[in-house]
Amino acid sequence: MTPGAAPLLDVRDLSKHFYRLSALTGVSVTVEPGELLGLIGPNGSGKTTLFNCVTGVLQPSLGRVAFKGEDITGLTPDHVYRRGVSRTFQLIQLFSEMTVLENLLMAAQERRGTMLRRLFRRAESEERERALRLLDFLKLTHVTNNLASDLSYGQQKLLDFGMALMPEPEIVLLDEPMAGLNPTIIRSLVEHIRELNARGYTFVVIEHNMEVVMSLCRRIVVLSQGEKIAEGAPSEIHANARVMDAYFGG
Amino acid sequence: MRRWLALAAGVGICALAPLVLEQYKLYILSLTLVYLILAIGLNLTLGYAGQISLCHAAFMSFGSYAVAVLAPYGVPFEIGLIVGVTLAFGWGLVLGFPALKVKHHYLAMVTLAFNIIAFLVIRNWESLTGGSYGISNIARPAWGRLSFQSDRAYYFYILGWTAVVVASAYWILTSRWGRAFRAIRENEMRAAVVGVSLRNYKLMAFAIGAAYAGVGGALFAPLVAYIDPGAFTLDRSIQFLMMVVMGGLGRFEGPFIGAAVVTILPEALRGSEGLYLIIYSLAVILMMLFMPKGLVGIWDGAVGWLGGGKEVPSTS
Repeated sequence: MTPGAAPLLDVRDLSKHFYRLSALTGVSVTVEPGELLGLIGPNGSGKTTLFNCVTGVLQPSLGRVAFKGEDITGLTPDHVYRRGVSRTFQLIQLFSEMTVLENLLMAAQERRGTMLRRLFRRAESEERERALRLLDFLKLTHVTNNLASDLSYGQQKLLDFGMALMPEPEIVLLDEPMAGLNPTIIRSLVEHIRELNARGYTFVVIEHNMEVVMSLCRRIVVLSQGEKIAEGAPSEIHANARVMDAYFGG
Repeated sequence: MRRWLALAAGVGICALAPLVLEQYKLYILSLTLVYLILAIGLNLTLGYAGQISLCHAAFMSFGSYAVAVLAPYGVPFEIGLIVGVTLAFGWGLVLGFPALKVKHHYLAMVTLAFNIIAFLVIRNWESLTGGSYGISNIARPAWGRLSFQSDRAYYFYILGWTAVVVASAYWILTSRWGRAFRAIRENEMRAAVVGVSLRNYKLMAFAIGAAYAGVGGALFAPLVAYIDPGAFTLDRSIQFLMMVVMGGLGRFEGPFIGAAVVTILPEALRGSEGLYLIIYSLAVILMMLFMPKGLVGIWDGAVGWLGGGKEVPSTS
């Protein structure tokens, strides 16, 4: 973290209304380059909506999103992606009729270059090699040529994670990457995230597993009912009465 | 490897067929090739990119009428073909725009309406298209002294274009574009999140599919030698849809099987008098029930049985 430098991702006063329901109200979050930020909150607090508004899947009702100092509010998802923002999904979204390898290649091919070049440039060995290295890293090598739909839940979750890394993004938004995984895979995934973070990847992680969030992240943002109610180091969040209230009622 | 063997066998059969086939059967085979070109186009739009189009016959009409209208002015067939394909490609782009806004049956309605409008325009623009009288005596191509006037020569001419279409479609569908098309079909939102420009790719899927329809249309006109608006109705579009669905949506082999079955089966059943429509319809219903992935399923089964090993069916 270099203090004073512009944040990598800067979300300002973001609001999202679905008809008269307010999913996000004036949320501001900044992410510094190289950071590993935790985003927590009870179900329905607006965490995924925030990801959707940042990545262009949803258009925010108010507020703005800046990435590397440039306004990306209202861009379509493909444009946000090409600037270096990638994400995973809480409910897994894979191309189920493609193989594992094809899913990874698909996640990388639109990152750079023009559309015409994508038609005429046939060679793909560099991307293929990167995909195979990633599969090795995720211990998925044995299913490289299986259809994505044939994978177990845990493997699909890992593939989704791999797809987010394929384009060599500048920031990765992880939406509950650990949900439904067994403790062994969780441990290895936590290791993976730490290792990648040490290599310079920036992460924002939505996670319900408090143990994981508290140990993984140096800074945590807490949402409740669409509003930011707390922000700080894990120990501060742990001691915050409003956070405990939001989770356990009161 | 097996695909190359199948290709070699197909080319061999197509090259030798004119030696043994009588005139009418050769005509049916020529027609099958023309429909194959059209079905390949629709398979790209619908089977790969997942965008339903019920106006494939309208795109086809651009090719047919470009050739038929220009031929009397001494314009070479190939120039007419290029004009027709360009028109079809352009209108394909135009029809791609609604696909950015609406999906599934709404898109079906939009394209269906376009086919009806195209039909009405053809029928009423008498000065250009001859209205419901149509255009007759459409000349077949000739290169100097080499004329493709005879049925057999024109068959080989069509075969040449078929090779160009098959090769180019294969080249496009195995490129990154083909993968992006499939990504859109499978999960639009996910595709957009990995950077697929839904606008650009959907427009291209429509326009390329339409361009192939233009090629097919251009070859169709001199084959039948007479065209009228009745050849480009919604029924015809639905017939192409049936070829693609029967053959196997989104499978490269699909249109080959679909075009052959939909063109040849009614001819083969012609002897059964009025029964043929019943048998034909029943065959379609049974197939949809037991082979939802199309006739290509039988092909996969045979390949698996011959090869003995389970192979992930390649969709490209």
